[in-house]
Amino acid sequence: MATKIFMEALSPTMEEGRLVKWNMPEGAAVKSGDVLAEVETDKAVMELVARGDGVLRKQLVVEGTTAPVGSLVGVIAAADEDIAALVSGAAVPAPASAPSTPAAPAAVAPAAAAASAAANAAAPIAAPPAAPAPAAPAGTGPTRSSPLARRLARESGLDVGAIAGSGPGGRVIKRDIEAAMSGGGAATALSAVRRPPSAVGDFTDQPLSQIRKTIAKRLAESIGPIPTFYLTAEFDMTRAVEMRAQAAGLGDEFKVSVNDIVLKAVATALAAHPEVNAHWLGDKIRFFNRVHLGMAVATDDGLIVPVIFDADQKGLREISVESRALAAKARERKLTPEQYTGSTFSVSNLGMMQIDQFTAIINPPECGILAIGVLEDTPVVVDGAVAVRKRMRVTMSCDHRVIDGAVGARFLLDLRRMLENPLMLVF
Amino acid sequence: MPIITYREALNQALREEMSRDDRVYLMGEEVGVYQGAYKVSKGLLEEFGENRVVDSPIAELGFAGIGVGSAMAGLRPVIEFMTWNFALLAIDQVVNSAAKMLYMSGGQYNVPIVFRGPNGAALQLGAQHSQAFESWLAHIPGIKVCSPGTPYDAKGLLKSAIRDDNPVVFLEGEMLYNTKGEVPEGEYLIPLGKADLKREGSDCTIVTSGKMVLVAMQVADQLAKDGVHLDVLDLLTIRPMDVEAIYASVRKTQRAVVLEEGWEICGIGAQVVDFIQRECFDHLDAPVLRVHQADVPMPYAKGLEKIAKPDAAKTIAAIKQVMYRA
Repeated sequence: MATKIFMEALSPTMEEGRLVKWNMPEGAAVKSGDVLAEVETDKAVMELVARGDGVLRKQLVVEGTTAPVGSLVGVIAAADEDIAALVSGAAVPAPASAPSTPAAPAAVAPAAAAASAAANAAAPIAAPPAAPAPAAPAGTGPTRSSPLARRLARESGLDVGAIAGSGPGGRVIKRDIEAAMSGGGAATALSAVRRPPSAVGDFTDQPLSQIRKTIAKRLAESIGPIPTFYLTAEFDMTRAVEMRAQAAGLGDEFKVSVNDIVLKAVATALAAHPEVNAHWLGDKIRFFNRVHLGMAVATDDGLIVPVIFDADQKGLREISVESRALAAKARERKLTPEQYTGSTFSVSNLGMMQIDQFTAIINPPECGILAIGVLEDTPVVVDGAVAVRKRMRVTMSCDHRVIDGAVGARFLLDLRRMLENPLMLVF
Repeated sequence: MPIITYREALNQALREEMSRDDRVYLMGEEVGVYQGAYKVSKGLLEEFGENRVVDSPIAELGFAGIGVGSAMAGLRPVIEFMTWNFALLAIDQVVNSAAKMLYMSGGQYNVPIVFRGPNGAALQLGAQHSQAFESWLAHIPGIKVCSPGTPYDAKGLLKSAIRDDNPVVFLEGEMLYNTKGEVPEGEYLIPLGKADLKREGSDCTIVTSGKMVLVAMQVADQLAKDGVHLDVLDLLTIRPMDVEAIYASVRKTQRAVVLEEGWEICGIGAQVVDFIQRECFDHLDAPVLRVHQADVPMPYAKGLEKIAKPDAAKTIAAIKQVMYRA
């Protein structure tokens, strides 16, 4: 009894998935529950699991292909079972046809996608899932190249095997590498598949990864329709910094960051101001009684916002541990959908990158987001004289459909009191 | 600066060293009364007398042996071979006595001796009088081997060789004695074991020594007109070889040609190539090529001799090959 392998909705918002890697080859024995493949969803890389026993008879999509949720990506069946009927009904572009999904002919990882996308026009790799090499070497036998050419290629991230050699016997020599780097390429009829002038050229095209598509779509839905206004306030963080230093002096388990203190303060202030801790739901506004704080994390692929649930109920230490763990997981792209959905309000911090202040984009259906700037020594007037204090600017983006100016300002006043007098966090 | 011949440069070196240290003496065939087979020792017998300039019988093994013995006893002999081809008869004294005495005596006997004479081919001297011996001699631990190609190098190196407390083999050339070059007045020494960059460029390296240095410089000047600029590295001392100078040049130019007078098999160039491939492997854009004598005894016939010898045209062809140019 054959089992069809479908592209499953591995996250609630997933519409399509990119099959990054088959974990087992055609012909491998499969048991229910085995991990068949890794699939990149809109936010993270998830495992596609077998739903039946047998042999993986057919992989219907090549590694790197994007397929819509619900499409057939493979078949598990008994070794001798006739699956012709099942396979013919594949809704997904089969490897033999030119891939209709844009950016992913045989590219393996996002890093290689940039170059391969432009390059492999000459010969789409039309084989069942072989690990696609960047290019097939021209001619038979190993590539001939001078030691210098090999070193230069290595240093420039080029594949010596993909460059036509103008030396004796097709030897790739220094001038061939130089030509490839400057975008010309030794004009020769030898190789059909060539690495494009990637590293140094007029431009580089990068196909959209799932995470980038999602960011683009969701945030375009934010700044257009949401009537946003911005409130900026500069806080005196001298006492907060002192408190942090004192806590650190008590031992490693009391070590927290300024950002952790900011998160705790924001969570506490939100608990007291449900009028800004809300979702715009189109036909109603939902004011939350619990505080689930989204914490923006930058990863190599793009922005993702894991959630600290009930942040107002958690102590500084717990928030610190959790925020670090979530950030690490975010960077490894191992966050589960449950971990990055459900926030009631979000915080984004670019202080570590020396940004004085910035306006963040609200994450719908939330109504507000707080952007944190750099904390630095600044001259200010205290009691009529100039003094040096540790100052930090925050900017709150507010959805005017839910939050009025004074409402937002009152929230920020409370937040200021808490951060400028951090002892309040204890009460 | 005065321009003198290679011969005069050697004469000055001998004169200066014999004046400076009266343990230094010259012995060989025709060095005294005849003023030297190639007139290198002109005027020395008159100036220093019979004890310091000694005419020997035609007995290379004999006078080489006397030289070694006198060196062990405290003198500083300069033994002249009329050509190194004749020195084959004396080579037992050079290799088994001079080269090995310090080692075998446990450090008791230094042999501060210089064996000098013309090496390699001249014009139509025939098979037995045209051989280059640097390969044979550079193979032996215990001696140093020098091969100057210009008057300036000849004087400075011979003075250093005479002052060296260990045996030095000094290779000159019949074809070099008449060549001219600038030699400063006043005292100067060239240290043994240091190479000299005679031309600079970053397109290709030529490693060479002795009379081939003149060919190399000719090639460099000719190719410079075509926009190809060479590093011409004159080894000056074959053993010990200045390998750091070789590496520095090859790392810069990324390709090399070795120009040598001798035959191919186990020639000096083979050693240079070994050093280069070991230490500069990742810097090489092409294999290292050698230009050398054809693998035949040197012909006597003029036309054949010309074809057998390494020359500028063959060197240029090799350079173009390593540069991948037509």
